[in-house]
Amino acid sequence: MDQALFYHRFHFAFTASYHYLFPQLTMGLGLLIVLLQWTGLRTGDARYDRAALFWGRVFGLSFVMGVVTGIPMEFQFGTNWARFSEATGGVIGQTLAMEGVFAFFLESSFLALFLFGRKKLGPKAHFGAAVAVWVGSWISGYFIVATNAFMQHPVGYTMDAQGHMALSSLPALLTNPWLVWQYIHTMSGAVITGSFTVAAVGAYYLLRDDSLGEIDPGSRSDYGRLFLRVGVPVGLIASVIMAFPTGDRQAAHVAEYQPPTFAAMEGLFETGEPAGLVLIGQPDMGRLHLDNPLEVPAALSFLTYHRWSARVQGLTSFPEEDWPDNVPLLYYAYHIMVGLGTIFIAVLALSAFMLWRRRLSRAKPALWLIMLLAPFPFIANTMGWMTAELGRQPWNVWGVLRTAEGTSNTVSAGNALFSLLGFMGMYLVLGILFLFLAQREIAHGPVPDVSHGVGHEEV
Amino acid sequence: MASIWFWLVAALLTMYVVLDGFDLGAGAIYPFVGKSDGERRAVLKSIGPVWDANEVWLLTAGGSLVLAFPKLYASSFSGFYLPLMAVLWLLILRAVALEFRNHLNDVVWRPFWDVVFWGASLVLTIFLGAALGNVVRGVPLDTNGYFFSPLWTNFTTQGERIGILDWFTVTVGVTSMLALVHHGALWVALKTTGPVNERAKKAAAWTWPFLLAAVALVTVLTFHIQSHVPRRLAAQPLGYVFPLLALGGLAVSLWMRRRGRELYAFLGSVTFLAGMLLSVSFGLYPMVLPATNGAAASLTVSNAMGPEHGMRVAFFWWIPGMVLVTAYTAFIYQNMRGKVDVEGEGY
Ligand code: HDD
Ligand code: HEM
Ligand code: HEM
Repeated sequence: MDQALFYHRFHFAFTASYHYLFPQLTMGLGLLIVLLQWTGLRTGDARYDRAALFWGRVFGLSFVMGVVTGIPMEFQFGTNWARFSEATGGVIGQTLAMEGVFAFFLESSFLALFLFGRKKLGPKAHFGAAVAVWVGSWISGYFIVATNAFMQHPVGYTMDAQGHMALSSLPALLTNPWLVWQYIHTMSGAVITGSFTVAAVGAYYLLRDDSLGEIDPGSRSDYGRLFLRVGVPVGLIASVIMAFPTGDRQAAHVAEYQPPTFAAMEGLFETGEPAGLVLIGQPDMGRLHLDNPLEVPAALSFLTYHRWSARVQGLTSFPEEDWPDNVPLLYYAYHIMVGLGTIFIAVLALSAFMLWRRRLSRAKPALWLIMLLAPFPFIANTMGWMTAELGRQPWNVWGVLRTAEGTSNTVSAGNALFSLLGFMGMYLVLGILFLFLAQREIAHGPVPDVSHGVGHEEV
Repeated sequence: MASIWFWLVAALLTMYVVLDGFDLGAGAIYPFVGKSDGERRAVLKSIGPVWDANEVWLLTAGGSLVLAFPKLYASSFSGFYLPLMAVLWLLILRAVALEFRNHLNDVVWRPFWDVVFWGASLVLTIFLGAALGNVVRGVPLDTNGYFFSPLWTNFTTQGERIGILDWFTVTVGVTSMLALVHHGALWVALKTTGPVNERAKKAAAWTWPFLLAAVALVTVLTFHIQSHVPRRLAAQPLGYVFPLLALGGLAVSLWMRRRGRELYAFLGSVTFLAGMLLSVSFGLYPMVLPATNGAAASLTVSNAMGPEHGMRVAFFWWIPGMVLVTAYTAFIYQNMRGKVDVEGEGY
């Protein structure tokens, strides 16, 4: 691969992967905060309110990180992908501008009201601000996923002789069949991240205070129990939606519209009739086969086409120039995502069962498991995007524009490396600061702390 | 259609400068008007709830630029690669400093972020002006309409080696710094009481004469560097309303400040900035990125525009969307009107 192309791709991949760590948390927490506040309003139980304010503070931190890492994303389409922007701007300009007009303004305007307007606004209007922030973040997700869906499966456009794309139908662009499932799948992924974070902090409080016997109302352990009660069921619902219907439908779309990608994701080199589902195995690109495969016979045919004997095309039946250029990474990313998804469903189903039997807050092993699993939704979401974006290769816009034809011609490899290193250094520092401050919030917890003097919010 | 979108994008950028301008300006004078921690928090509180929404005007301008002038977006963003990366890093540092500072009450933590916040804000006020200067002066465009600007140059404005910084763009940058410091000082004065308020007024009083001189100088230089501007004004004398608006605003800001009318003084500065930016937009039109190597190579409204149909469609959601945005932006400012209360919630 040409050096400049490599650095431009790495640049985008690094900054996008890093950026997405934060929006997934804010989009997930946004929903949970609304649920908490709504319960507080309905029941009059002040603990739900305090819990919502506590998560609001974590949300605030994550939001700042989302904003500062998001602004470079918006710029990079022009700085690093100029030919892509010139060719597709007539189409993706719509969704990019809509995101600003309909989502970013909403979120950023109401966030301060939500974070600091509690006393001034009163509980009802404050709830309204929380809803505005949540809705804003989900609309933002919608428009950016719509942009990505267009790149995966272009619809609603025409192209002129110079290769410039023009919008032919806005409704088609916004109801792209690829977009529907992709959006529900990504939003559910964000909810998993949010609810795992909430549940894991709850588990941590219970483990830390070692109050496996009695729990005082209003104590930190009491909040721990409340977090589990909210996080576990919401997380379970989202995890199930992840696999079925959304993951299943997305896979069907990939099989239909991007068949070489599908073969590479599944590690299917030779066409199978029927084709087996690979659970584990290592792709060998030299000999074009899978080492040490562990396979469920005919399962892939069934999952994809709902017939046990259906034919699934293997990678070698496509011309090599249309193969994704990093098959092993794509294959691993996909399998890690699906594997983690399966683990989430199992752990959360078990936890929900114990919650229902009122045993979860005393079950140390389960609490440990939930706590330690907290980073994995972030990994699963990142792997999901790696699957989507590596799978889209070698196309910038599937079937229309090659990735190699989308970069900025005038920006050399050295310049791209320069800014990439800059972002890497900056993001490392930001990540450490974020973890440090988030850890302080979590250690402090939702319980009012009299020793602080002024009360935490005012500091 | 393309002309309408030219003015819509110009309006978005103007809104950006007017709004983010006051929080950048407030940052640029921040350690000087706020001496104690409480005073500094008062300054931060006056911009804390709005800086992010103010920055969204820039993002929306960017998004609308992709939509209406994809060619311009592609050419200018890749051509100004290094300065834009620097702007991104500064924006990141500034936002993080502003948001993280008050999380810890610590004598090492807070002064550190104070310096970061001040420095990033100050440099940004200069960079924004230099960026404008580059667009006014133009760049050497190749036959595909692309270019790549080096950062350091021999400071001339002609020939092959034209870069980001030369004597013209630096002058525009300094002017922009003065304008935003003045703007930010009037905002801080409007939002605060006591010593902070007095120091802010003093800062505004000090910058005003320099600003007036800088504006005069930049105007003369612009006529000299970009001959398109005087030609356009000669052809359409109606365009003189914009510079007159700017001068009027500048005068009002002085007069009202002297009379102690803080709000009107700030609004005078708003008018001044809007007048300046609209003057530039008017003066350049129909060019969007002039070429220094012969006017024929310039990017203009017609050769940089995107597909017609999309622009027409976008019109139908853009206008109602922005009306909505304006409505709740007004609501937010209404909600936070009056002087800040350091003891209350937030920042
Ligand atoms: C917590 C995160 C998470 C979990 C548990 C899963 N996914 Fe996922 N997946 C995502 C997070 C994600 C994502 C980050 O949201 C992606 C990236 C792009 C997209 O549309 O969603 C994605 C994409 C994505 C794609 C599209 C790839 C492409 O566009 O080329 C498929 C086929 C699946 N997923 C399938 C599944 C299946 C069958 C799962 C079974 C449990 C699963 N995902 C769990
Ligand atoms: C939904 C909005 C997104 C859009 C519009 C988008 C767009 C792009 C573009 C333009 C590129 C460079 C061109 C290319 O390589 O084809 C790219 C590459 C990439 N993006 Fe995304 N992206 C999005 C979200 C994400 C997220 C959230 C992640 C990570 C978690 C991600 C991961 C990557 C990776 C890994 C690459 C590099 C692929 C490669 O070049 O090998 N993307 N994306
Ligand atoms: C799946 C991919 C993505 C999703 C779901 C997503 C979602 C979000 C959300 C919800 C926010 C609000 C801040 C926060 O909550 O942390 C945000 C911020 C931002 N994102 Fe992304 N993003 C994605 C990828 C991208 C890409 C590829 C771009 C590039 C165009 C981008 C540009 C931005 C910008 C500019 C901001 C800052 C907005 C502000 O100032 O409020 N995002 N993103």
